[in-house]
Amino acid sequence: MGMTITEKILAAHSGRDSVRPGEIVNAKLDLIVAHDVTTPPAVAMLKKLGINKVFDPSKILVTPDHFVPNKDIKSAELAKQLREWRIEQGIERYYEIGNHGICHAIAPEQGHVLPGMTIVCGDSHTTTMGALGTFSTGVGSTDLAAALATGELWFKVPESMLFELKGSLPRGVYSKDIILYIISKIGVDGARYQAMEYRGDGLESLSMEARFTITNMAIEAGGKSGIIPVDGIAEDYVKARSSEAYTCYYSDDDAVYTQRMTIDLDQLEPIVALPSLPSNGRFIGEIERVKMDQVYIGSCTNGRIEDLRIAAQIIKGHKVAEGTRAIVVPATTEIWKTAMREGLLEIFADAGCVVSTATCGACLGGFMGVLGAEETCLSTTNRNFVGRMGHPKAKVYLASPATAAATAITGTITDPREFLQ
Amino acid sequence: MPELPDRLTGYAHVYPREHINTDEIIPARYLNVHEESELAKYAMEDIDADFVRRVLPGDFIIAGENFGCGSSREHAVWALRGAGVKVVIAKSYARIFFRNAINNGFLAIECPEALEVIATGDQVELDLRAGLLRNLGNGREATFVPLSDFARELIEDGGLLPHIQKKAQA
Repeated sequence: MGMTITEKILAAHSGRDSVRPGEIVNAKLDLIVAHDVTTPPAVAMLKKLGINKVFDPSKILVTPDHFVPNKDIKSAELAKQLREWRIEQGIERYYEIGNHGICHAIAPEQGHVLPGMTIVCGDSHTTTMGALGTFSTGVGSTDLAAALATGELWFKVPESMLFELKGSLPRGVYSKDIILYIISKIGVDGARYQAMEYRGDGLESLSMEARFTITNMAIEAGGKSGIIPVDGIAEDYVKARSSEAYTCYYSDDDAVYTQRMTIDLDQLEPIVALPSLPSNGRFIGEIERVKMDQVYIGSCTNGRIEDLRIAAQIIKGHKVAEGTRAIVVPATTEIWKTAMREGLLEIFADAGCVVSTATCGACLGGFMGVLGAEETCLSTTNRNFVGRMGHPKAKVYLASPATAAATAITGTITDPREFLQ
Repeated sequence: MPELPDRLTGYAHVYPREHINTDEIIPARYLNVHEESELAKYAMEDIDADFVRRVLPGDFIIAGENFGCGSSREHAVWALRGAGVKVVIAKSYARIFFRNAINNGFLAIECPEALEVIATGDQVELDLRAGLLRNLGNGREATFVPLSDFARELIEDGGLLPHIQKKAQA
């Protein structure tokens, strides 16, 4: 019986020839990513236990992202604790304000993510980095503390689901629509405890930026990880950023999957997930053109340069509708600079959008666009739970950057294909 | 950390809904702190704003499927524990919440039929060894799979970090 890519990576990192789903393994970690919200409590736990050294500073990457530039005094204290800790520990891979970015976006962008790695971070969207053929999963602060202290962590080897992407996306339809479609079919617990593996010729037309959006939302189906085996597109992305050696793993032909699902990309249309679950996805033609008070383009899901290019292409020469606010948040400083050089920031500003520096910001109701009671927001982020972006009576709709841009122009939920003739 | 008792009793707060997520358990607007006593003031705020005024030390939360889905914030476990919640009994759990609970030595019990035999305000007895949940008001019962040896060991050691330390010293 063969193994999946996920089983192979976990076996290789726990000194085993093979592993089976359900087994508990102790796996060595190649990369630990740390941010300003979940790391300070982990550091406090270690100090309390008298553990004063991390296992290996060279395997840790630190970037403040959730509430920076500091949104209030308490967040300032968190960012300060993070900064002081990384100096004390001699962690060199640190991205201070002005070079920073949302951790799941900056880690691959800056060449820290290599195929075959095991990666954890105290954040559920760590699944993002699985798009480069890694086992990458989110943990809480206690697991993070254990990982920082020992360089390893116990995992139950997950079962895997296989998603075969066929064909290519029609105009106006993007990778966000693929993942919202999948979650609408399997539900927010459809992949609970499982690895979501993707393959198929449909990947050939998806850039790394597009793929990160898909693996990013594995957690929104309850998945432990999302993973895409490395191909030429992934190799090009990695080699442009790192000269380090790596190992690519591939699933065996007779690997076992709990479920196989084929998605015909040619048949997809823009999708909007209605409040208040990411699984409430509907084809845009099936829903009402609800008025939006706010449009938000950003986050670790859809704040990459390709997302901004798509949004700018649609919004160029238009104005944000009266009665609607539009907020654009590049996911990293590098993306912000690229958008500036390409003139995208000017397009957004001319249209009447606010452009922020990189932050998780309002995606989780932090700052830079928090919603009031009864307000509506169409957002390119990953969750539309009650209270996620602010007031518990606010309503959040999830969609692609293209749908967000079209909606910003009209002020009501709008099919981006109306602007892509 | 004392050994886990075989039996626990407490009063139930029932949320008969699936997918209660960590944004509802502790909204991100409170994540600029991580002190348990501070987080406790806002536990369950976006699903039940009155919860913290009613909850008493030792109470139980009973809920539906996929409890604790969404964000990995361990603050959700801390907020509940800080508010006095002794144990969560859900139909099923999102994996990160379950892991965070066990890692903190906090009881998270998976009991598929709990919602059918317990209502808010009922006094409930949990028999951890037998895997039995009993409504002390009307005697109705539901079974659950007792904690795995691994989870019990972690909980009895006081959580993952003390467990790792104990193993390193052994």
